[in-house]
Amino acid sequence: MRQALIPVLSVVAALIVIWYVAAVGLNSAWAYNKAERANVELNLSDLVKDTLSQEKPRLPAPHQVAIETWNTTVEKKITSKRSLVYHGWITLSSTLLGFAIGMSMGILLAVGIVHNRAMDISVMPWAIASQTIPILAIAPMIIVVLNSIGIQGLLPKAIISAYLSFFPVVVGMVKGLRSPDRMKLDLLKTYNATRAETFWKLRLPASVPYLFASLKIGIAASLVGAIVGELPTGAVRGLGARLLAGSYYGQTIQIWSALLSAAVLAALLVALINLVQQITLKRMGML
Amino acid sequence: MTTHSVISAKNLSLIFDTADGPVHALKDINLEINKGELVSFIGPSGCGKTTFLRVAADLEHPTSGHIYVNGMTPEEARKRRSYGYVFQAAGLYPWRTIEKNIRLPLEIMGISKSEQAKRVKSVLELVDLRDFEKKFPWQLSGGMQQRASIARALAFDADILLMDEPFGALDEIVRDHLNEELLELWKETQKTICFVTHSIPEAVYLSTKIVVMSPRPGRISDVIESTLPGDRPLNIRESPEFIAIAHRVREGLRAGHSYD
Repeated sequence: MRQALIPVLSVVAALIVIWYVAAVGLNSAWAYNKAERANVELNLSDLVKDTLSQEKPRLPAPHQVAIETWNTTVEKKITSKRSLVYHGWITLSSTLLGFAIGMSMGILLAVGIVHNRAMDISVMPWAIASQTIPILAIAPMIIVVLNSIGIQGLLPKAIISAYLSFFPVVVGMVKGLRSPDRMKLDLLKTYNATRAETFWKLRLPASVPYLFASLKIGIAASLVGAIVGELPTGAVRGLGARLLAGSYYGQTIQIWSALLSAAVLAALLVALINLVQQITLKRMGML
Repeated sequence: MTTHSVISAKNLSLIFDTADGPVHALKDINLEINKGELVSFIGPSGCGKTTFLRVAADLEHPTSGHIYVNGMTPEEARKRRSYGYVFQAAGLYPWRTIEKNIRLPLEIMGISKSEQAKRVKSVLELVDLRDFEKKFPWQLSGGMQQRASIARALAFDADILLMDEPFGALDEIVRDHLNEELLELWKETQKTICFVTHSIPEAVYLSTKIVVMSPRPGRISDVIESTLPGDRPLNIRESPEFIAIAHRVREGLRAGHSYD
Protein backbone atom coordinates (compact mmCIF):
# COMPACT_ATOMS: atom_id res chain seq x y z
CA MET A 1 0.00 0.00 0.00
CA ARG A 2 2.67 2.46 1.07
CA GLN A 3 4.84 1.42 -1.86
CA ALA A 4 2.03 2.27 -4.25
CA LEU A 5 1.56 5.73 -2.74
CA ILE A 6 4.58 7.47 -4.25
CA PRO A 7 4.01 6.35 -7.87
CA VAL A 8 0.29 7.19 -7.60
CA LEU A 9 0.98 10.65 -6.18
CA SER A 10 3.61 11.30 -8.86
CA VAL A 11 1.11 10.50 -11.59
CA VAL A 12 -1.53 12.70 -9.97
CA ALA A 13 0.97 15.57 -9.66
CA ALA A 14 1.98 15.20 -13.31
CA LEU A 15 -1.67 15.20 -14.40
CA ILE A 16 -2.34 18.38 -12.42
CA VAL A 17 0.65 20.11 -14.02
CA ILE A 18 -0.53 19.10 -17.51
CA TRP A 19 -4.03 20.22 -16.58
CA TYR A 20 -2.81 23.70 -15.53
CA VAL A 21 -0.72 24.12 -18.67
CA ALA A 22 -3.65 23.04 -20.84
CA ALA A 23 -5.98 25.42 -18.97
CA VAL A 24 -3.68 28.38 -19.68
CA GLY A 25 -3.41 27.36 -23.34
CA LEU A 26 -7.10 26.70 -23.97
CA ASN A 27 -8.38 29.75 -22.09
CA SER A 28 -5.84 32.20 -23.54
CA ALA A 29 -7.97 33.04 -26.61
CA TRP A 30 -10.71 34.52 -24.43
CA ALA A 31 -8.15 36.35 -22.28
CA TYR A 32 -6.56 37.96 -25.36
CA ASN A 33 -10.00 38.77 -26.73
CA LYS A 34 -10.94 40.64 -23.55
CA ALA A 35 -7.58 42.43 -23.46
CA GLU A 36 -7.94 43.55 -27.06
CA ARG A 37 -11.36 45.06 -26.42
CA ALA A 38 -10.08 46.79 -23.30
CA ASN A 39 -7.04 47.94 -25.25
CA VAL A 40 -4.48 46.64 -22.81
CA GLU A 41 -1.32 44.62 -23.31
CA LEU A 42 -1.20 41.24 -21.51
CA ASN A 43 2.07 40.17 -19.96
CA LEU A 44 2.63 36.54 -19.01
CA SER A 45 1.60 36.85 -15.37
CA ASP A 46 -1.61 38.66 -16.29
CA LEU A 47 -2.35 35.98 -18.85
CA VAL A 48 -1.86 33.17 -16.36
CA LYS A 49 -3.90 34.96 -13.71
CA ASP A 50 -6.76 35.55 -16.13
CA THR A 51 -6.82 32.10 -17.72
CA LEU A 52 -6.97 30.39 -14.34
CA SER A 53 -9.82 32.48 -12.95
CA GLN A 54 -12.34 32.89 -15.77
CA GLU A 55 -16.01 32.44 -14.95
CA LYS A 56 -16.81 30.23 -17.92
CA PRO A 57 -13.46 28.85 -19.05
CA ARG A 58 -13.10 26.32 -21.83
CA LEU A 59 -11.11 24.21 -19.40
CA PRO A 60 -11.45 25.14 -15.74
CA ALA A 61 -8.29 24.99 -13.66
CA PRO A 62 -8.01 22.21 -11.04
CA HIS A 63 -8.39 24.60 -8.10
CA GLN A 64 -11.58 26.08 -9.61
CA VAL A 65 -13.07 22.60 -9.86
CA ALA A 66 -11.88 21.78 -6.34
CA ILE A 67 -13.42 24.95 -4.89
CA GLU A 68 -16.71 24.41 -6.76
CA THR A 69 -16.82 20.81 -5.54
CA TRP A 70 -16.11 21.90 -1.96
CA ASN A 71 -18.75 24.60 -2.10
CA THR A 72 -21.42 22.30 -3.48
CA THR A 73 -20.72 19.40 -1.14
CA VAL A 74 -19.49 20.55 2.26
CA GLU A 75 -20.80 24.12 2.25
CA LYS A 76 -24.33 23.33 1.05
CA LYS A 77 -27.06 21.60 2.99
CA ILE A 78 -27.45 18.14 1.51
CA THR A 79 -31.14 18.77 0.90
CA SER A 80 -30.34 21.75 -1.32
CA LYS A 81 -30.90 21.44 -5.05
CA ARG A 82 -27.42 22.86 -5.51
CA SER A 83 -25.72 20.25 -3.37
CA LEU A 84 -23.65 17.65 -5.19
CA VAL A 85 -24.29 15.28 -2.31
CA TYR A 86 -28.00 15.55 -3.02
CA HIS A 87 -27.54 14.93 -6.74
CA GLY A 88 -24.96 12.24 -6.09
CA TRP A 89 -27.40 10.39 -3.84
CA ILE A 90 -30.10 10.51 -6.55
CA THR A 91 -27.68 8.97 -9.03
CA LEU A 92 -26.30 6.51 -6.48
CA SER A 93 -29.72 5.19 -5.55
CA SER A 94 -30.64 4.35 -9.13
CA THR A 95 -27.13 2.97 -9.69
CA LEU A 96 -27.53 0.60 -6.76
CA LEU A 97 -31.06 -0.47 -7.67
CA GLY A 98 -30.02 -0.99 -11.29
CA PHE A 99 -26.93 -2.88 -10.21
CA ALA A 100 -29.01 -5.17 -8.02
CA ILE A 101 -31.38 -5.88 -10.91
CA GLY A 102 -28.53 -6.31 -13.41
CA MET A 103 -26.56 -8.58 -11.10
CA SER A 104 -29.55 -10.83 -10.40
CA MET A 105 -30.47 -10.95 -14.07
CA GLY A 106 -26.87 -11.70 -15.02
CA ILE A 107 -26.51 -14.52 -12.49
CA LEU A 108 -29.87 -16.07 -13.43
CA LEU A 109 -29.08 -15.91 -17.14
CA ALA A 110 -25.66 -17.45 -16.56
CA VAL A 111 -27.17 -20.31 -14.54
CA GLY A 112 -29.64 -20.88 -17.36
CA ILE A 113 -26.95 -20.77 -20.02
CA VAL A 114 -24.78 -23.29 -18.20
CA HIS A 115 -27.62 -25.73 -17.48
CA ASN A 116 -29.77 -25.48 -20.58
CA ARG A 117 -28.48 -26.12 -24.06
CA ALA A 118 -31.24 -24.14 -25.74
CA MET A 119 -30.42 -21.12 -23.59
CA ASP A 120 -26.72 -21.62 -24.21
CA ILE A 121 -27.29 -21.30 -27.95
CA SER A 122 -29.97 -18.62 -27.91
CA VAL A 123 -29.24 -16.16 -25.08
CA MET A 124 -25.60 -15.24 -25.60
CA PRO A 125 -25.96 -13.73 -29.11
CA TRP A 126 -28.81 -11.54 -27.84
CA ALA A 127 -26.83 -10.48 -24.81
CA ILE A 128 -23.94 -9.47 -27.05
CA ALA A 129 -26.27 -7.71 -29.52
CA SER A 130 -27.84 -5.77 -26.64
CA GLN A 131 -24.46 -4.26 -25.85
CA THR A 132 -23.75 -3.14 -29.40
CA ILE A 133 -26.71 -0.75 -29.36
CA PRO A 134 -25.55 2.70 -28.18
CA ILE A 135 -27.04 3.27 -24.74
CA LEU A 136 -27.63 6.94 -25.61
CA ALA A 137 -29.99 5.81 -28.36
CA ILE A 138 -32.00 3.40 -26.30
CA ALA A 139 -32.13 5.28 -22.99
CA PRO A 140 -34.72 7.92 -24.07
CA MET A 141 -36.95 5.19 -25.49
CA ILE A 142 -36.89 3.24 -22.25
CA ILE A 143 -37.75 6.40 -20.30
CA VAL A 144 -40.56 7.36 -22.70
CA VAL A 145 -42.08 3.89 -22.97
CA LEU A 146 -42.04 3.34 -19.20
CA ASN A 147 -43.39 6.83 -18.62
CA SER A 148 -46.33 6.10 -20.93
CA ILE A 149 -47.33 3.14 -18.77
CA GLY A 150 -47.01 5.21 -15.64
CA ILE A 151 -43.57 4.15 -14.41
CA GLN A 152 -41.48 7.14 -13.43
CA GLY A 153 -38.67 8.16 -11.15
CA LEU A 154 -36.07 5.70 -9.95
CA LEU A 155 -37.05 2.56 -11.84
CA PRO A 156 -36.58 3.66 -15.48
CA LYS A 157 -33.06 4.92 -14.70
CA ALA A 158 -32.32 1.74 -12.76
CA ILE A 159 -33.40 -0.33 -15.76
CA ILE A 160 -30.88 1.48 -17.94
CA SER A 161 -28.24 0.76 -15.30
CA ALA A 162 -29.29 -2.87 -15.24
CA TYR A 163 -29.12 -2.99 -19.03
CA LEU A 164 -25.45 -2.04 -18.91
CA SER A 165 -24.43 -4.03 -15.85
CA PHE A 166 -25.99 -7.43 -16.50
CA PHE A 167 -23.68 -8.17 -19.42
CA PRO A 168 -20.30 -8.39 -17.65
CA VAL A 169 -22.00 -10.44 -14.92
CA VAL A 170 -23.39 -12.94 -17.47
CA VAL A 171 -20.04 -13.32 -19.20
CA GLY A 172 -18.07 -13.68 -15.95
CA MET A 173 -20.55 -16.02 -14.30
CA VAL A 174 -20.79 -18.31 -17.34
CA LYS A 175 -17.02 -18.58 -17.33
CA GLY A 176 -16.96 -19.10 -13.57
CA LEU A 177 -19.71 -21.74 -13.50
CA ARG A 178 -17.87 -23.59 -16.24
CA SER A 179 -14.46 -23.25 -14.59
CA PRO A 180 -14.43 -26.60 -12.70
CA ASP A 181 -12.31 -29.01 -14.72
CA ARG A 182 -13.26 -32.45 -15.98
CA MET A 183 -11.67 -34.15 -13.00
CA LYS A 184 -13.70 -32.24 -10.42
CA LEU A 185 -16.90 -32.99 -12.35
CA ASP A 186 -15.97 -36.68 -12.72
CA LEU A 187 -15.35 -36.87 -9.00
CA LEU A 188 -18.91 -35.74 -8.28
CA LYS A 189 -20.17 -38.22 -10.85
CA THR A 190 -18.47 -41.03 -8.94
CA TYR A 191 -20.50 -39.90 -5.91
CA ASN A 192 -23.62 -40.01 -8.07
CA ALA A 193 -24.26 -36.34 -7.24
CA THR A 194 -27.30 -34.62 -8.75
CA ARG A 195 -27.06 -31.54 -10.96
CA ALA A 196 -28.31 -29.42 -8.10
CA GLU A 197 -25.59 -30.76 -5.79
CA THR A 198 -22.98 -30.17 -8.51
CA PHE A 199 -24.22 -26.60 -8.78
CA TRP A 200 -24.30 -25.73 -5.08
CA LYS A 201 -21.20 -27.61 -4.00
CA LEU A 202 -18.92 -27.11 -6.99
CA ARG A 203 -19.99 -24.70 -9.73
CA LEU A 204 -21.24 -21.86 -7.54
CA PRO A 205 -18.29 -21.65 -5.13
CA ALA A 206 -15.87 -22.02 -8.06
CA SER A 207 -17.50 -19.05 -9.79
CA VAL A 208 -17.11 -16.59 -6.89
CA PRO A 209 -13.74 -15.07 -7.96
CA TYR A 210 -15.09 -14.65 -11.52
CA LEU A 211 -18.26 -13.05 -10.17
CA PHE A 212 -16.36 -10.38 -8.26
CA ALA A 213 -14.25 -9.46 -11.29
CA SER A 214 -17.51 -8.97 -13.22
CA LEU A 215 -19.20 -7.04 -10.43
CA LYS A 216 -16.43 -4.44 -10.45
CA ILE A 217 -16.98 -3.79 -14.14
CA GLY A 218 -20.74 -4.06 -13.66
CA ILE A 219 -21.05 -1.43 -10.95
CA ALA A 220 -19.01 1.11 -12.91
CA ALA A 221 -21.19 0.44 -15.96
CA SER A 222 -24.24 0.79 -13.73
CA LEU A 223 -23.18 4.29 -12.68
CA VAL A 224 -22.69 5.31 -16.31
CA GLY A 225 -26.18 3.93 -17.05
CA ALA A 226 -27.72 5.95 -14.22
CA ILE A 227 -26.08 9.17 -15.43
CA VAL A 228 -27.10 8.55 -19.04
CA GLY A 229 -30.61 7.74 -17.81
CA GLU A 230 -30.83 11.19 -16.22
CA LEU A 231 -30.07 13.07 -19.41
CA PRO A 232 -33.27 12.54 -21.46
CA THR A 233 -35.69 13.23 -18.58
CA GLY A 234 -35.11 16.92 -18.88
CA ALA A 235 -32.58 16.44 -16.16
CA VAL A 236 -33.76 17.97 -12.95
CA ARG A 237 -32.02 15.76 -10.42
CA GLY A 238 -28.86 13.68 -10.32
CA LEU A 239 -25.26 14.02 -11.47
CA GLY A 240 -26.46 13.63 -15.07
CA ALA A 241 -28.74 16.59 -14.52
CA ARG A 242 -25.82 18.67 -13.23
CA LEU A 243 -23.84 17.77 -16.35
CA LEU A 244 -26.72 18.67 -18.65
CA ALA A 245 -27.65 21.90 -16.83
CA GLY A 246 -23.99 22.89 -16.83
CA SER A 247 -23.75 22.41 -20.57
CA TYR A 248 -27.00 24.38 -21.19
CA TYR A 249 -25.60 27.42 -19.43
CA GLY A 250 -21.94 27.01 -20.33
CA GLN A 251 -21.10 26.37 -16.67
CA THR A 252 -17.94 24.41 -17.39
CA ILE A 253 -16.79 24.50 -13.78
CA GLN A 254 -20.06 22.89 -12.71
CA ILE A 255 -19.70 20.22 -15.42
CA TRP A 256 -16.19 19.35 -14.36
CA SER A 257 -17.04 19.18 -10.71
CA ALA A 258 -19.98 16.87 -11.49
CA LEU A 259 -17.63 14.75 -13.61
CA LEU A 260 -15.12 14.62 -10.80
CA SER A 261 -17.82 13.59 -8.34
CA ALA A 262 -19.00 10.83 -10.68
CA ALA A 263 -15.45 9.56 -10.99
CA VAL A 264 -14.94 9.58 -7.22
CA LEU A 265 -18.28 7.82 -6.74
CA ALA A 266 -17.31 5.12 -9.25
CA ALA A 267 -13.95 4.64 -7.54
CA LEU A 268 -15.65 4.31 -4.15
CA LEU A 269 -18.15 1.76 -5.47
CA VAL A 270 -15.41 -0.36 -7.05
CA ALA A 271 -13.37 -0.09 -3.84
CA LEU A 272 -16.41 -1.25 -1.85
CA ILE A 273 -16.82 -4.34 -4.05
CA ASN A 274 -13.12 -4.96 -3.76
CA LEU A 275 -13.47 -4.95 0.02
CA VAL A 276 -16.40 -7.37 -0.06
CA GLN A 277 -14.34 -9.58 -2.39
CA GLN A 278 -11.37 -9.60 -0.03
CA ILE A 279 -13.53 -10.51 2.94
CA THR A 280 -15.47 -13.19 1.06
CA LEU A 281 -12.44 -14.88 -0.50
CA LYS A 282 -10.59 -14.75 2.79
CA ARG A 283 -13.46 -16.49 4.54
CA MET A 284 -13.56 -19.06 1.73
CA GLY A 285 -9.85 -19.72 2.23
CA MET A 286 -9.10 -18.67 -1.33
CA LEU A 287 -6.93 -15.67 -0.61
CA MET B 1 -17.34 -65.26 -12.60
CA THR B 2 -16.45 -66.67 -9.19
CA THR B 3 -18.16 -65.45 -6.05
CA HIS B 4 -14.99 -63.59 -5.03
CA SER B 5 -14.63 -61.72 -8.29
CA VAL B 6 -14.92 -57.99 -7.71
CA ILE B 7 -14.15 -56.72 -11.20
CA SER B 8 -14.64 -59.00 -14.14
CA ALA B 9 -14.07 -57.98 -17.78
CA LYS B 10 -14.95 -60.13 -20.78
CA ASN B 11 -13.86 -59.26 -24.31
CA LEU B 12 -14.05 -55.60 -23.33
CA SER B 13 -13.31 -53.14 -26.12
CA LEU B 14 -13.54 -49.39 -26.37
CA ILE B 15 -13.06 -47.35 -29.52
CA PHE B 16 -12.84 -43.55 -29.31
CA ASP B 17 -13.96 -41.68 -32.41
CA THR B 18 -11.48 -38.86 -32.83
CA ALA B 19 -10.85 -36.33 -35.57
CA ASP B 20 -7.94 -38.52 -36.75
CA GLY B 21 -10.16 -41.57 -37.02
CA PRO B 22 -11.09 -44.33 -34.56
CA VAL B 23 -8.65 -45.04 -31.72
CA HIS B 24 -8.66 -48.51 -30.18
CA ALA B 25 -8.23 -47.58 -26.52
CA LEU B 26 -9.08 -51.06 -25.26
CA LYS B 27 -9.15 -54.29 -27.28
CA ASP B 28 -10.49 -57.62 -26.04
CA ILE B 29 -9.65 -57.16 -22.39
CA ASN B 30 -10.28 -60.25 -20.26
CA LEU B 31 -9.49 -59.82 -16.59
CA GLU B 32 -10.64 -61.08 -13.21
CA ILE B 33 -9.87 -59.11 -10.08
CA ASN B 34 -10.66 -60.87 -6.83
CA LYS B 35 -11.68 -59.47 -3.49
CA GLY B 36 -8.84 -58.06 -1.43
CA GLU B 37 -6.35 -57.93 -4.29
CA LEU B 38 -4.10 -54.96 -4.98
CA VAL B 39 -3.77 -54.89 -8.74
CA SER B 40 -1.43 -52.58 -10.61
CA PHE B 41 -1.93 -51.59 -14.22
CA ILE B 42 1.32 -50.65 -15.88
CA GLY B 43 2.18 -49.62 -19.42
CA PRO B 44 3.17 -46.64 -21.52
CA SER B 45 0.85 -43.71 -22.30
CA GLY B 46 -2.03 -44.73 -24.53
CA CYS B 47 -2.11 -48.38 -23.41
CA GLY B 48 -5.59 -47.95 -21.97
CA LYS B 49 -4.81 -48.45 -18.28
CA THR B 50 -6.56 -45.27 -17.21
CA THR B 51 -9.37 -45.94 -19.69
CA PHE B 52 -9.94 -49.37 -18.13
CA LEU B 53 -10.26 -47.79 -14.70
CA ARG B 54 -12.63 -45.15 -16.06
CA VAL B 55 -14.79 -47.84 -17.69
CA ALA B 56 -14.97 -49.69 -14.38
CA ALA B 57 -16.01 -46.40 -12.75
CA ASP B 58 -18.69 -45.70 -15.40
CA LEU B 59 -16.85 -42.57 -16.54
CA GLU B 60 -16.41 -44.11 -20.03
CA HIS B 61 -18.64 -46.58 -21.82
CA PRO B 62 -17.33 -49.72 -23.56
CA THR B 63 -18.02 -50.20 -27.26
CA SER B 64 -18.37 -53.97 -26.90
CA GLY B 65 -17.88 -56.73 -24.37
CA HIS B 66 -18.91 -56.79 -20.73
CA ILE B 67 -17.60 -55.61 -17.41
CA TYR B 68 -19.04 -56.25 -13.98
CA VAL B 69 -18.18 -54.45 -10.79
CA ASN B 70 -19.32 -56.28 -7.67
CA GLY B 71 -21.50 -58.34 -10.03
CA MET B 72 -23.27 -55.20 -11.32
CA THR B 73 -22.88 -53.03 -14.39
CA PRO B 74 -20.52 -50.08 -13.77
CA GLU B 75 -23.50 -47.72 -13.76
CA GLU B 76 -25.30 -49.66 -11.06
CA ALA B 77 -22.06 -49.96 -9.12
CA ARG B 78 -21.51 -46.20 -9.36
CA LYS B 79 -25.05 -45.43 -8.23
CA ARG B 80 -24.56 -47.75 -5.26
CA ARG B 81 -21.28 -45.94 -4.51
CA SER B 82 -19.36 -49.21 -4.66
CA TYR B 83 -15.98 -47.61 -5.25
CA GLY B 84 -13.86 -44.64 -4.28
CA TYR B 85 -11.87 -43.00 -7.07
CA VAL B 86 -8.55 -41.22 -6.59
CA PHE B 87 -7.44 -39.05 -9.50
CA GLN B 88 -3.99 -38.05 -10.73
CA ALA B 89 -4.29 -34.69 -9.01
CA ALA B 90 -5.67 -34.35 -5.50
CA GLY B 91 -8.49 -32.13 -6.79
CA LEU B 92 -9.41 -30.83 -3.35
CA TYR B 93 -11.85 -27.91 -3.31
CA PRO B 94 -9.78 -24.84 -2.42
CA TRP B 95 -12.72 -23.25 -0.58
CA ARG B 96 -13.13 -26.20 1.76
CA THR B 97 -10.86 -27.17 4.62
CA ILE B 98 -9.40 -30.69 4.61
CA GLU B 99 -12.16 -31.79 6.95
CA LYS B 100 -14.88 -30.27 4.75
CA ASN B 101 -13.32 -31.81 1.65
CA ILE B 102 -13.59 -35.23 3.22
CA ARG B 103 -17.16 -34.48 4.24
CA LEU B 104 -18.08 -33.70 0.61
CA PRO B 105 -18.98 -37.26 -0.47
CA LEU B 106 -20.63 -37.87 2.89
CA GLU B 107 -22.85 -34.77 2.50
CA ILE B 108 -23.90 -35.94 -0.96
CA MET B 109 -24.63 -39.41 0.34
CA GLY B 110 -26.81 -37.99 3.07
CA ILE B 111 -24.83 -39.24 6.04
CA SER B 112 -25.63 -37.63 9.40
CA LYS B 113 -23.42 -34.86 10.77
CA SER B 114 -22.26 -36.85 13.78
CA GLU B 115 -21.42 -39.87 11.64
CA GLN B 116 -19.57 -37.53 9.23
CA ALA B 117 -17.41 -36.23 12.06
CA LYS B 118 -16.62 -39.76 13.20
CA ARG B 119 -15.59 -40.87 9.71
CA VAL B 120 -13.49 -37.77 9.06
CA LYS B 121 -11.60 -38.45 12.25
CA SER B 122 -10.98 -42.10 11.43
CA VAL B 123 -9.87 -41.62 7.80
CA LEU B 124 -7.56 -38.73 8.73
CA GLU B 125 -6.05 -41.13 11.25
CA LEU B 126 -5.60 -43.72 8.50
CA VAL B 127 -3.72 -41.37 6.17
CA ASP B 128 -1.75 -39.78 8.98
CA LEU B 129 -3.22 -36.26 8.72
CA ARG B 130 -4.61 -35.92 12.21
CA ASP B 131 -3.89 -32.27 12.96
CA PHE B 132 -4.66 -30.87 9.54
CA GLU B 133 -8.44 -31.01 9.45
CA LYS B 134 -8.89 -27.23 9.78
CA LYS B 135 -6.25 -26.38 7.18
CA PHE B 136 -7.05 -25.31 3.65
CA PRO B 137 -5.55 -27.39 0.81
CA TRP B 138 -3.02 -24.73 -0.17
CA GLN B 139 -1.52 -24.95 3.29
CA LEU B 140 -0.54 -28.59 2.64
CA SER B 141 2.29 -30.06 0.56
CA GLY B 142 1.50 -32.00 -2.62
CA GLY B 143 1.97 -35.35 -0.88
CA MET B 144 -0.30 -34.35 2.00
CA GLN B 145 -2.96 -33.13 -0.44
CA GLN B 146 -2.88 -36.49 -2.21
CA ARG B 147 -3.23 -38.25 1.15
CA ALA B 148 -6.24 -36.07 1.90
CA SER B 149 -7.76 -37.05 -1.43
CA ILE B 150 -7.24 -40.73 -0.56
CA ALA B 151 -8.94 -40.06 2.78
CA ARG B 152 -11.84 -38.52 0.87
CA ALA B 153 -12.13 -41.68 -1.25
CA LEU B 154 -12.01 -43.86 1.86
CA ALA B 155 -14.53 -41.82 3.83
CA PHE B 156 -17.66 -43.52 2.53
CA ASP B 157 -16.16 -46.95 3.01
CA ALA B 158 -16.67 -48.43 -0.45
CA ASP B 159 -14.91 -51.79 -0.68
CA ILE B 160 -13.17 -50.94 -3.99
CA LEU B 161 -10.56 -48.22 -4.40
CA LEU B 162 -9.70 -47.14 -7.95
CA MET B 163 -6.49 -45.12 -8.08
CA ASP B 164 -5.34 -43.43 -11.27
CA GLU B 165 -1.63 -42.61 -10.97
CA PRO B 166 -2.23 -40.98 -7.60
CA PHE B 167 1.47 -40.47 -6.87
CA GLY B 168 2.58 -39.66 -10.43
CA ALA B 169 3.20 -35.98 -9.74
CA LEU B 170 5.15 -36.48 -6.51
CA ASP B 171 8.88 -36.76 -5.96
CA GLU B 172 10.41 -40.15 -5.32
CA ILE B 173 11.01 -39.78 -1.59
CA VAL B 174 7.42 -38.76 -0.90
CA ARG B 175 6.29 -41.48 -3.25
CA ASP B 176 8.21 -44.21 -1.39
CA HIS B 177 6.65 -43.06 1.83
CA LEU B 178 3.12 -43.00 0.40
CA ASN B 179 3.65 -46.47 -1.14
CA GLU B 180 4.46 -47.83 2.31
CA GLU B 181 1.43 -46.10 3.75
CA LEU B 182 -0.81 -47.41 1.01
CA LEU B 183 0.28 -50.98 1.71
CA GLU B 184 -0.48 -50.55 5.40
CA LEU B 185 -3.81 -49.00 4.64
CA TRP B 186 -4.67 -51.84 2.29
CA LYS B 187 -3.81 -54.42 4.95
CA GLU B 188 -5.87 -52.57 7.54
CA THR B 189 -8.94 -52.03 5.41
CA GLN B 190 -8.92 -55.22 3.30
CA LYS B 191 -10.14 -53.25 0.29
CA THR B 192 -9.74 -54.26 -3.31
CA ILE B 193 -7.41 -51.72 -4.93
CA CYS B 194 -6.80 -51.05 -8.61
CA PHE B 195 -3.75 -48.88 -9.07
CA VAL B 196 -2.58 -47.33 -12.34
CA THR B 197 1.09 -46.43 -12.57
CA HIS B 198 3.97 -45.65 -14.90
CA SER B 199 6.57 -46.93 -12.48
CA ILE B 200 7.83 -50.53 -12.56
CA PRO B 201 9.23 -50.50 -8.99
CA GLU B 202 6.00 -49.01 -7.68
CA ALA B 203 3.91 -51.67 -9.44
CA VAL B 204 6.07 -54.55 -8.21
CA TYR B 205 6.36 -53.20 -4.67
CA LEU B 206 2.62 -52.67 -4.16
CA SER B 207 0.85 -55.41 -6.03
CA THR B 208 -0.48 -58.89 -5.54
CA LYS B 209 -1.14 -58.88 -9.27
CA ILE B 210 0.46 -56.82 -12.04
CA VAL B 211 -1.36 -56.24 -15.30
CA VAL B 212 1.11 -55.27 -18.04
CA MET B 213 -0.51 -53.39 -20.91
CA SER B 214 0.65 -52.20 -24.30
CA PRO B 215 -0.63 -49.53 -26.67
CA ARG B 216 -2.20 -49.31 -30.14
CA PRO B 217 -4.51 -51.07 -29.58
CA GLY B 218 -4.65 -51.00 -25.78
CA ARG B 219 -4.44 -54.61 -24.62
CA ILE B 220 -3.09 -56.83 -21.86
CA SER B 221 0.28 -58.35 -22.71
CA ASP B 222 0.95 -60.12 -19.38
CA VAL B 223 -0.65 -60.74 -16.00
CA ILE B 224 1.84 -61.47 -13.24
CA GLU B 225 0.83 -62.94 -9.87
CA SER B 226 3.32 -61.57 -7.37
CA THR B 227 5.27 -64.04 -5.27
CA LEU B 228 6.47 -61.39 -2.83
CA PRO B 229 5.44 -61.88 0.81
CA GLY B 230 2.66 -59.78 2.34
CA ASP B 231 5.10 -57.97 4.59
CA ARG B 232 7.15 -55.65 2.41
CA PRO B 233 9.77 -53.33 3.82
CA LEU B 234 11.10 -50.76 1.33
CA ASN B 235 14.39 -52.65 0.96
CA ILE B 236 12.56 -55.66 -0.46
CA ARG B 237 13.17 -53.83 -3.71
CA GLU B 238 16.77 -54.99 -3.65
CA SER B 239 15.87 -58.69 -3.25
CA PRO B 240 16.43 -61.09 -6.19
CA GLU B 241 12.74 -62.02 -6.16
CA PHE B 242 11.72 -58.39 -6.59
CA ILE B 243 14.23 -57.91 -9.39
CA ALA B 244 12.99 -61.05 -11.13
CA ILE B 245 9.39 -59.79 -11.13
CA ALA B 246 10.49 -56.34 -12.31
CA HIS B 247 12.39 -58.10 -15.10
CA ARG B 248 9.26 -59.99 -16.15
CA VAL B 249 7.28 -56.73 -16.20
CA ARG B 250 9.92 -55.21 -18.45
CA GLU B 251 9.79 -58.26 -20.72
CA GLY B 252 6.02 -57.92 -20.93
CA LEU B 253 6.36 -54.26 -21.89
CA ARG B 254 8.97 -55.17 -24.52
CA ALA B 255 6.78 -57.95 -25.95
CA GLY B 256 4.00 -55.40 -26.35
CA HIS B 257 6.38 -53.10 -28.25
CA SER B 258 6.04 -50.54 -25.49
CA TYR B 259 9.66 -49.49 -25.93
CA ASP B 260 9.47 -48.95 -29.71
